[in-house]
Amino acid sequence: MATTSITVQATPLLAYLLKRADDALILGHRLSEWCGAAPLMEEEMALANMGLDLIGQARALYGYAAEREGAGRTEDDYAYRRDERAFGNLLLLEQPNGDFAQTMVRQLLYSAFIDPYWRALMTSPDATLAAIAAKSEKESAYHLRHASEWVIRLGDGTAESHRRAQAALERLWPYTGELFAPEDEALVGLVANPPTLRAAWRETLSRVLAQATLTMPTDGWMQSGGRAGAHSEHLGHLLAELQYLPRTYPGAVW
Amino acid sequence: MAEPATPLWEVFIRSRNGLAHRHAGSLHAPDATLALQAARDLFTRRGEGLSLWVVPSSAITASDPADQGMMFEPTGSKIYRHPTFYEIPDEVGHM
Repeated sequence: MATTSITVQATPLLAYLLKRADDALILGHRLSEWCGAAPLMEEEMALANMGLDLIGQARALYGYAAEREGAGRTEDDYAYRRDERAFGNLLLLEQPNGDFAQTMVRQLLYSAFIDPYWRALMTSPDATLAAIAAKSEKESAYHLRHASEWVIRLGDGTAESHRRAQAALERLWPYTGELFAPEDEALVGLVANPPTLRAAWRETLSRVLAQATLTMPTDGWMQSGGRAGAHSEHLGHLLAELQYLPRTYPGAVW
Repeated sequence: MAEPATPLWEVFIRSRNGLAHRHAGSLHAPDATLALQAARDLFTRRGEGLSLWVVPSSAITASDPADQGMMFEPTGSKIYRHPTFYEIPDEVGHM
């Protein structure tokens, strides 16, 4: 029996919910890949905890999307039955884990943005969005703290850890432009607008990187396309693993 | 695997206001800040706590197991130290 992929006729709000949910799901899945492979048992738990926070956020957003779409779909349909081109997550978040430094730098770059973003969204006139933001902000605040502390220690650690952290920063920097893409004009007043958060993001990073003795890369060519479904070569492989089971055994339950 | 040089920390959790911190276990972490974060991630995943302490295991002075006889056995025969020889009036209620 074949599973058919679904196509969502997205209103601006639905598209918004799905892309923010995709961000959380894809990064959460990436963190789950550390299970059994983390450098310390303590960090194994920390990575899994953060991953579960993110998957929880994805569920809340997909759930609200299902409610707003009103087509009888569930959170699972959005996660498991959309094709790669229908995913609107940031390219930054689908980048491979690399070494531990790359994982932590990716977490820092995203958390330094999404934490103030959730805080701004807490004042949304949409009560459900405001509630999701309030819950998520507590989680992202911890992710930011955890990633910051590790980046500081890696940057200001040994020559090897410094080199790896700086290399991760240079590698991922071109993916940070996409964080600040403006939202659809139809959503003005309803959701926070990313361009207004750039200054706060840079300030957080400057503080952490200075303590880490790392150099903030200069803004050059910025990658984009994730929001429109034009992904790097990595997302397809990630989705193959993420979606394999429900697509191979439709309706499978525990 | 933790490298041998990674220090060991003892974790204490206070589960409710008004209660004392109780020993919950130990973990490895390179410094106090990361030890506190690891304690949060390892020991408070199910809402166990409102407050955490981490203490370097090396800061704890422990009694020697070989001294058990000298340290603890002499109290075994002093049953009069247990407050069980009194009739507690009903009005006192739960003690």
